[in-house]
Order: sequence, then structure tokens, then C-alpha cells
Amino acid sequence: MNVTNSTLRLANALSVYLITFVALCHSLASAQKPDVDQRLLDAQERRIAAIAKATRSTISVFGPESQGGGSGVIISSDGFALTNYHVVESNGAFMNCSLPDGKLYRAVIVGIDPTGDVSLIQLLGRQDFPAAQIANSDDVAPGDACFAIGNPFLLATNFQPSVSWGIVSGTHRYQYPAGTLLEYADCIQTDAAINPGNSGGPLFNENGDLIGVNGRGSFEKRGRVNVGVGYAISINQINYFLDHLKSGRLIDHATLGATVASDQDGSVRVDEILETSDAWRKGLRYDDEIVSFGGRPIATVNQFKNVLGIFPKGFRVPLIYQREGETTEIVVRLTGVHATNQLSEIIEGKPLEQGGQPKPDDTPDPLPDPATPRDNDESKTAQARNPFSHMFVERTGFTNYYFNTINRDRIWQEFTKRSGDWRAVKQRWRIAATDDQGQEVLLLLGDEKSGIKIGDESWALDPKIDFSKQLYPPRSNGLLVALHYWRKMLVDGPMRFGDVIYFGSLPGEQPGMLSTLIATSGIVETWFLFAPDTNILDSVEMYPEINSAPCRVRFLEYRSEGKFLLPGIIEYLDRDGQKRNLTIKQIEFLTASPAGSEGGTR
Amino acid sequence: MNQKKLLLITLVIALFNVASMDHDATGQTIGFGNTIPQTLPKIVKIVGSGGARGLEAYQSGVLISAEGHLLTTWSYVLDSSVITVTTGDGYKYEATLVGFDPRLDIAILKIPVTGSSYFSIDNISTTVGGDRVLAFSNLYNVATGNEPVSIQQGFVSSVAKLSAVRGTWQSPYQGEAFFLDAMTNNPGATGGAVTDRNGNLIALIGKEMQDSRTNAWVNYGIPIESLRTSIRSIVDGKKQITTIAMDGQSKGPAEPMTLRLMGTSLVPDIVKRTPPYVDRVAAGSPAAKAGLLADDLIIEVDGVMTPSARDVKQRLSTIDRDAPVRLVVQRGNQFLDLTVKLSQ
Repeated sequence: MNVTNSTLRLANALSVYLITFVALCHSLASAQKPDVDQRLLDAQERRIAAIAKATRSTISVFGPESQGGGSGVIISSDGFALTNYHVVESNGAFMNCSLPDGKLYRAVIVGIDPTGDVSLIQLLGRQDFPAAQIANSDDVAPGDACFAIGNPFLLATNFQPSVSWGIVSGTHRYQYPAGTLLEYADCIQTDAAINPGNSGGPLFNENGDLIGVNGRGSFEKRGRVNVGVGYAISINQINYFLDHLKSGRLIDHATLGATVASDQDGSVRVDEILETSDAWRKGLRYDDEIVSFGGRPIATVNQFKNVLGIFPKGFRVPLIYQREGETTEIVVRLTGVHATNQLSEIIEGKPLEQGGQPKPDDTPDPLPDPATPRDNDESKTAQARNPFSHMFVERTGFTNYYFNTINRDRIWQEFTKRSGDWRAVKQRWRIAATDDQGQEVLLLLGDEKSGIKIGDESWALDPKIDFSKQLYPPRSNGLLVALHYWRKMLVDGPMRFGDVIYFGSLPGEQPGMLSTLIATSGIVETWFLFAPDTNILDSVEMYPEINSAPCRVRFLEYRSEGKFLLPGIIEYLDRDGQKRNLTIKQIEFLTASPAGSEGGTR
Repeated sequence: MNQKKLLLITLVIALFNVASMDHDATGQTIGFGNTIPQTLPKIVKIVGSGGARGLEAYQSGVLISAEGHLLTTWSYVLDSSVITVTTGDGYKYEATLVGFDPRLDIAILKIPVTGSSYFSIDNISTTVGGDRVLAFSNLYNVATGNEPVSIQQGFVSSVAKLSAVRGTWQSPYQGEAFFLDAMTNNPGATGGAVTDRNGNLIALIGKEMQDSRTNAWVNYGIPIESLRTSIRSIVDGKKQITTIAMDGQSKGPAEPMTLRLMGTSLVPDIVKRTPPYVDRVAAGSPAAKAGLLADDLIIEVDGVMTPSARDVKQRLSTIDRDAPVRLVVQRGNQFLDLTVKLSQ
């Protein structure tokens, strides 16, 4: 029995050294073969295969002059890769990334999420980059084997990253932000060694599938080296943000417009709520007990913050609350943590020199990354030599506006290809419909003037007055304005409409995500949500003012008519959240007629 | 022993080995099986005094009985009128201090639960250098609220005598310890569990310490084997604390012993549990003759633990002034037995 026991122990011990001493382990294992259980050898083989598979997609991220460095991971074959915000924050628009194949690639910044400490970059020059396989990080459990790959202490001078093996020490951990940036919500805690330089690198499960992006550790008196407590941003959180990052915007995190605190009895209750918040409009009040949020039960403040931390602003998230024993479920739209331009001011106000960022006791590890001057003549000439220099366009509120225009134009092209070239029907539109009560409804939509007649009553938009003050018909939250901008967007397209940006993907009323364009006219924002699989326009949401209740319109029962795909039903939510339908009988595109002669009535 | 019996034993041992190997056969490279979900409910989070920089107000503990006995490290965190314990299921309890052993730096707390899962401290450990272990603790207080504590994995690098310091303070425990290759001994981790891969408690995570020769931070656990006798004597009531022993209405002697009679005084009693440090000793007094010095910490009075100044006074009030008083005091790193006798 002793022989078996000691053999087991030896085999156990051997399996650990596998990572660094694969070859050695192999020879020893084969020497011991008669005594070592085949299943153990199989497990070793699986581990070797997982590491080999995972290593291929791991990159080292360097500054534009190949200085400094961190880690990253490729997530699609067209070269999109994830790393930390704090890895790229001083790199400027372009940087260099090395692959384990020994090659160095130029990469461009795409989007940053400073609050979540995530950035998206794109490696350039290939369409067949080795991408990591992505796992569902909600399946990760404490005790699961996992491993980190990256460039700790910038050891990967030959572009071969280091591997550190460990277990998942905890899941759904919450680590406080520094100010409003670098918040690690719902993150994965691991004892796999995470050291400076591992930042931005991948954390894999034992199959070599991506579960998170490493970026932070608990450090204290032992210096800025691993103390067995590292944190990875969950890949599920990043998935929610991915299309937002691809929009090239400066990405903000979300707030409910309400804060919560633990009560003495352990329940989580609303302790502050803004009357301008969507949550307030949906009925949430002070002292209501939060039972569930984002589909997760809520028993602690951290659990609430974990849910809030994984969604970008603009998401609609289910929330269940209790008041006097009565349970109510609402769906709440999350707004941004930062006010307009506040985030860009914080980011730009940050000195690029090292040590400029606020540092609480428990900060993300800073990289040994010297500052890079952004705008000196030298870097300009470097950009002139850069064949990819057209792939970076600066604009306030954006990380790289280039990627916004690319996506905006792609979505618009796919939409018009599917539903018709609306430029041909630039004249006024006349829509005859009936409402839920069987009343006749007539809509006249034009460039300058639009009107609606329901039964005997009619309303028209006055172009000289703010549309946000003309939310007709009453109790509709502004259906006429929404449909006015709907037509304007269709006939003008994003280029002529004015300011139209790609926002990212948002959950719609039906399962699945919708690609979103936001068109701004004055203070009115109109959101256009397209179904990415069918390329049809699913819905329009018109926000008359910041933080005001939107008019939400869905277009249903599309049918082909002539050269166009036209909706059969216009469904909207009234002020009480009730669904109202306009069943379309006919849409006419009028030929040129003297403007205003028909007004809002026949 | 007949052949049948021998065969049976062999079979059982063989099965045990196959079972333990099955962990490797599940397709998991580590394969802790159910060890982690079964072990997490036995670990608690302890919050007490502290909170100043470098003095965390939290540590870890392990359940060692179904009646809510907890083993943890004896530390300033427990110098609190309210010690809050959060169990693995997220419930919070107020704990009472049952007893402590400053020689081993351990304390036993009790929380009002019954039927909770707990570690047996009776297992004879076979853990040796090279064995895989797991560590469970609330290091860095990462697990706030009702979250489960953190888990780490590693190997026993060696089994050797602990010679460790923290500043000028030397670890009172200097016996054999398990030295680990995992970074286990972090703030708040002390009092947590080191288990073998099957979840058997083999050691208690010690305080953050540095090796006395190299100053390297050491990651170690104190073997349960070394703590067992002391744990038992505290749990069995052989080392009770006065306040608990005196909860009844028993009357003290007519003329009890006092500190004044002994010729000494303690530091001002300003908090509910002021540690009983000796403030002054009058020259030529009975206390001085017994060898008591200022700054000694009184650990026991006549065989009863006295964690606070109040406990010392209460215990003395039960002793007749004519009887000799046996004291155990801690002086720096040493523990001394002194006997104070009033001269006739």
C-alpha cells in the first residue's frame, strides 16, 4: 500500500511542475509509466493541450515604441483583442502587440471602458488571428482549476508568454473603484500568480477557454508582487460591453438612479432615489426592498453592485422589489454614472505620467510603462509612416471615432439593402391607420411639418418651437415627434440627418440584442434599434430631454410593398406603460405638393 | 486475525485508494471533488476590534463542534466587547470567548448554533512535505457580506520548526509547522483552515510573520496535532474564563484577595476588556517578592484565564486573602508561573 501511496504522491507532485517543466515531467512520467495511473497521465495530456490552445491567442501589449507592456487576448480572427484600460491609457492611438508565433503586429485602440478597466484594441494586418474560445464565466465555481497567461515582469522578451496555474478562490467578488474608475464588479478571484505585466491578460478555465481578463491584485506590505489574490474581470461582463467598445466611444458604466443600503434585518433597501430616474418613473421608492436585480437574487449591497457593474449604460434590466409584502417587477433603464463629457474630462485630466492616478490601498497594479508623449512631432511623423493611420479619428467623447463611423455605415447599409432606398421617397408620407378603439388615424410626416389626426382631434408640430415641448398626442410621450424623426432618418440617412452615432447593442423587448444608432437633433435623442439577424428596424425610442421618459415605438408585421419593406403595425407605450397599436391600412409617399397646404388634416 | 478479516481490511484500503484516485479521473486536473462545498460551511469570518492602518479588524475561524465551538487565532481582534461571527451560510452571530492559550496563540469562541457542520480535530494527520493542501480564509476581507471565504491551493513545501517574528514580537509557538508554497498568510487569513485534499483539517493558518533569520514572509499553518490538547482543555472547561465561571450566585470569601493587598495595580481599566497589564509593583510588596514586574500581562489567576482587568479582579474576589495566589504571566515572549503570598 505504501508503494501506491507514495507513487500517488509523487505523481501529484509531478503534475504541478508540469507547467514549467513539461519536458522533464514527460520523461519522468514515462519512466514511471508502469506505476502511474493512465487516468493521471490523461489528465496531464489534457492540461498540456489546454495550455497550448490558450497560449496561441495570448498577446503582449507594448507602447508605440515597443516600450512598457502588459498582456492581452485575441477574441476574434479579425484581430479584436481585450486588455486593461490601465495598460493602454498612455499608449496613444497605436501600439505594438506580439503573438507567441514570434511576430509583432501593429494594433489600434478601438474603445475604452475606464470604469470597468477594459479596453478593446484591434491587431492589424491579418484576418486569421488565433482567437480564444470564450466560456460562460457564470459557470465558474470556487475551486475550479484555472490559469493565467501573460507577460509578468515583461519576461516575454522572446514573445513567449508565461503560464501560472491556480484555482478559482472566489466568484462574484466586488472590488471598490478608485473614484469612479477601475471598479471590479462581479469579478473572479484566483490564486494563480497575477503580477505586474499580467494586466490585461487572459484567465482561462482548465479547458483553455477564456473566463476573464486579469487586471488587479490585493497587494500590501510585501511589495507589488503576487500575494495569492488576483482578480479577473469576468468575460460575461465584457461580452455585455463588447459592442459598446466596438463603437469606439468612451464607455460609461450604469447607475440605477438609486442607491441601496443594508437594513438591520439584512434586507437591501433603497436609501436614495432620484425623481428623474427611470426607476422612480416605474414606481420604485425610498425604503423599498430590492429582492432581485438583473435576474439575480439580492441579499447584500455587494450583490446589487455586482449586477450594476456588469451592464453598460442604456441597458434595460429587470428589478423586483417588495413594499409592505407586495412584490412588483419592473424593467428599469440604466443611465450613465458620469454626466455628458464628465468621463472624457476625467480621462483627459489624468496626467499621462506614472503615478498620476488615484491610488487607494488596493489599486490595480501599475505597469512599468513609461509615459508616451502623444502629440509631439516625432509621433506625428511616425503616424505618417503608419499605413493604418486612417484607422484613428479623434473626437470628444470617443476613443476612436473611426470605428463608430464604420459600424454606423455598416448597419445603415444592411438596413437599406433589406428595406429599400428611402432617398427615393423624400416627399411627405401619408399613413392611414386605425387605433385600438377603432378610431381612424391619419399621419402626415414631412421634412418641416408633421401632424396626426385621431378621430376628430388633430395635432401638428410647429418647427419654430422645441419638439420637446410638443409631445403629441397627449399621454403618448411624443409619438408624433418619434415618427417625425423616424421618417427623417429613413429619407435622410445618418449622413444627412445630422449627428448620428453607433451606440452598441442593447437588449430589446424580445430575446436577443439590437444594434443601436442614436440620432441627435437639438436636445432630442432618437434611438434606432435594428435586429442584427434580419436587419429590420425593430424599434425607435425618442427621448425629448436627458433623463426624460422616452416614447417607445415598435414596428411590427413588416411586409413588402413595392420597393420597400413597410411595417403593418406601429406599437407604442403610452405614459402608463400600456401598449397601444396603430394598425396601418395604407402608407402613401406623396409626390411634390406645396408644403403646408394640407396641414395635419385632410 | 483470520484470513477473511485480513481480506476485508485489504479490500477497504484498496477501495479507499481507488476512491482518492477517482478525483484525478473526473477529468478535472485538480479534482477536489466535493471537498470545497463540504468545507466552506465549516469556515467563519470574525470581526472584532482593530481597523487602524495595519491592524485589520477581521480574521478567520473554523468550526470544531456541532455546538458552535470555533477555533481561531488569539489576537487583538478578539479584544472587543462584541465579536461578530459570520458563518458560511451568511448568518451573523455574536460570539463569546470560551478561552484562549497564549502559549499557542489560539482562542476558542462559541456561537449559538447547533448541528452545524464542523471539522474533527481528532483525525490523525498523515500529511507530509509534498502533499497537496487547500487553504480557506477571509484574507484581505475579500469575502464581505454573505460571500463564501477565499480558497487557495498549494503544497506543503516542508515541515519544520517555526522561528518567526513580527517586528520585535516573536511567535510564541515555536514547534513544527507546515510551510506552504501558497500565499496563505495574508491580512485576515489567520485562524483559517489548512486542509488536505479531502477536506480534513490539518493546520490553522497562523498570523502574518517573517522568518526570524531571512525576514522573508512565511506562509505556514500550525498543525492541529500541536493544538489538540489545549483545544480540548479549553472546550472541556479546564481553562474557563472567570466571567463565565462566576455567572452563578456563589458567594466569595469574607476577606478576599485584592490587587492593593498584593501591592500592585493594573493599567487603567478603560474599555470593557482592557488587557490586564501590570502598571506598578510596590517595592517590597508581596507581588514584588513573587517576582511580578510592571508590563507583565496576567494570563491566569489560580488556574482560571483572565483576559481582562475585570476578570482578574473578579477572580481575586473569589480567593481568600490568606491563600497563596498562583499567577501565570506573559513577559515578552516568556510565560512565568508566580505565587503571591501575603506575609503574616
